[in-house]
Amino acid sequence: MEAFYEWFRWLYDDTGINLVIFYEQYERERFVDGFLNTLYLSVICVFFSVVIGVVGAWLQGSKLQITRNIVQGYIQFFRNTPPLVQLLFFYFALGTGLERWGLMPVYDAGGWNEPMIGNFGWAVISLSFFAGAFNVEIFRAGIEAVPTATKEAAESLGYTRLKSYIYIVLPLAFRVSLPALNNNLVNLVKTTTLAYVIAVPEMMYTVNQIWSDNVNVPEMMTVLFFVYVALVGVLVVAMGRWERHMKIPGYGQ
Amino acid sequence: MKTFVNKRPPIPGIATGSTTDLPVLLPTAGRLAQRARRDRLEGTWRLELKLWHGVLLVILFLLFAGIAEAQSQAEPDKGPLATLFRWIPVLLWKNGNGFVLNLTISFFAMAIGTVAGMALGLAQVSLLAPVRTGSWFTTQFFRNSPWLVLLFCIMLLFPFEIELGSTVFKIPDWTKATIGFSLPVMANLSEIVRGAVQSIPTGQWESAESLAFTRRQTMWMIILPQCFKRMIPPWMNWYAILTMATPLCSIMGVEESVRLAQDAMTAEDSRTELLGPFYVFLLIVFFIYCYPIARLTIALEKKYTVNI
Repeated sequence: MEAFYEWFRWLYDDTGINLVIFYEQYERERFVDGFLNTLYLSVICVFFSVVIGVVGAWLQGSKLQITRNIVQGYIQFFRNTPPLVQLLFFYFALGTGLERWGLMPVYDAGGWNEPMIGNFGWAVISLSFFAGAFNVEIFRAGIEAVPTATKEAAESLGYTRLKSYIYIVLPLAFRVSLPALNNNLVNLVKTTTLAYVIAVPEMMYTVNQIWSDNVNVPEMMTVLFFVYVALVGVLVVAMGRWERHMKIPGYGQ
Repeated sequence: MKTFVNKRPPIPGIATGSTTDLPVLLPTAGRLAQRARRDRLEGTWRLELKLWHGVLLVILFLLFAGIAEAQSQAEPDKGPLATLFRWIPVLLWKNGNGFVLNLTISFFAMAIGTVAGMALGLAQVSLLAPVRTGSWFTTQFFRNSPWLVLLFCIMLLFPFEIELGSTVFKIPDWTKATIGFSLPVMANLSEIVRGAVQSIPTGQWESAESLAFTRRQTMWMIILPQCFKRMIPPWMNWYAILTMATPLCSIMGVEESVRLAQDAMTAEDSRTELLGPFYVFLLIVFFIYCYPIARLTIALEKKYTVNI
């Protein structure tokens, strides 16, 4: 491994191509941290956005008009405004507002008070709600595809509304929704770069720090590019395979 | 007899494989699958703006402005609304910056993206394998990388001036941002062109061949004229999405409307009551511009849908 790292030092000395993230331990750790943060942010946002989608779709089938209207309003707001604006709004307007009104719980971070939800937290909230709005619509369409007869059959077997949702409707709806969901989640992973604007130390942000310190913009830019394309590429391929596996025969050829 | 006492029965499709004899699903399933296919091909979602969104924004603006006016104890000419009106020329058109710059960037990025995307898309259906593979790779590469990464790349790697002989051409920031925005547009339009060309039934190619059209003639005189109709709705949708994305370049210091709004608020002592009115005002401006485009997209889509 050491020889591998040393090769990059030799590359720099010989050709001037400065891939500092390989031969400097400090920069390597910084880069890996950034990469892991991007992964972490993506995974958490994907998880929460799917949860929001499932819960929202369930609420949209509610008997109360007001519940349906609230969910509809939420979808329309997050669908039709740019995610950058949402992120800035959540972090600067809502975050600062909650702190000012004393509604944000704080913890002692060694001498000063740190709010419970920092920039990472707000990025997760904002991006999950953004992708969640699309997921609600997707799952809703999936649920509507399940025939009433199936639901009635579940009811006749003694399932409650919630139980039939979890065991009968959702598994079917999920398989119908998967292609659309897949599109949205890939889009979400690409959108996580926006967390850069509120200084979340994800890959884009750390790479920016690295090239500022080492003045190797072209090299780091190339690395950033390939890592992102690889990340999204792997996701696209993996989701595509899962999608084909879960396909309901005869639908959406 | 086998019984499931403590064990839950496996959920079909989740715990077990996908072989099943499920009952028929309702037509929504087909529509959702169709939408997923369309979004995947076009690389983005359809913008669905409605008139009540605009009405809501105006109400929100009045609400924020009202609260801000009530809160501010400044002199009458320094109230939030008066401040906003004073800054409107700067935010929208002064010196060709502000919202006008957003529009300029979107026009040029779209123009470059369209021309390059058409070429790349046609290269994707080329008969030469290396051209096909190369253009496919280029398309996928720019389609799968985040906008912000592309934008950073162009902003930082492009020179800020070019020397041609003895004359030095300065390249302003917004030109670089335009190129940065045109790359994802190019890749996505390339995919749209490919999809449109491939959606034309093979019969058309064959009948053109039987009428002694060459490949180039078939493409220009028979296939592409039919494709244009199909490509116009996604093309317009991309334009609206692109316009809404132009504020991204404010991160790099291009003096477009969001950047100038931030600067204006800083110049006005960063009073917090200005935040609401300023940002909602910009949202309204973007809405007024994008709403007709989004409506027209849907109308054209309905008009041009051909069922073969």
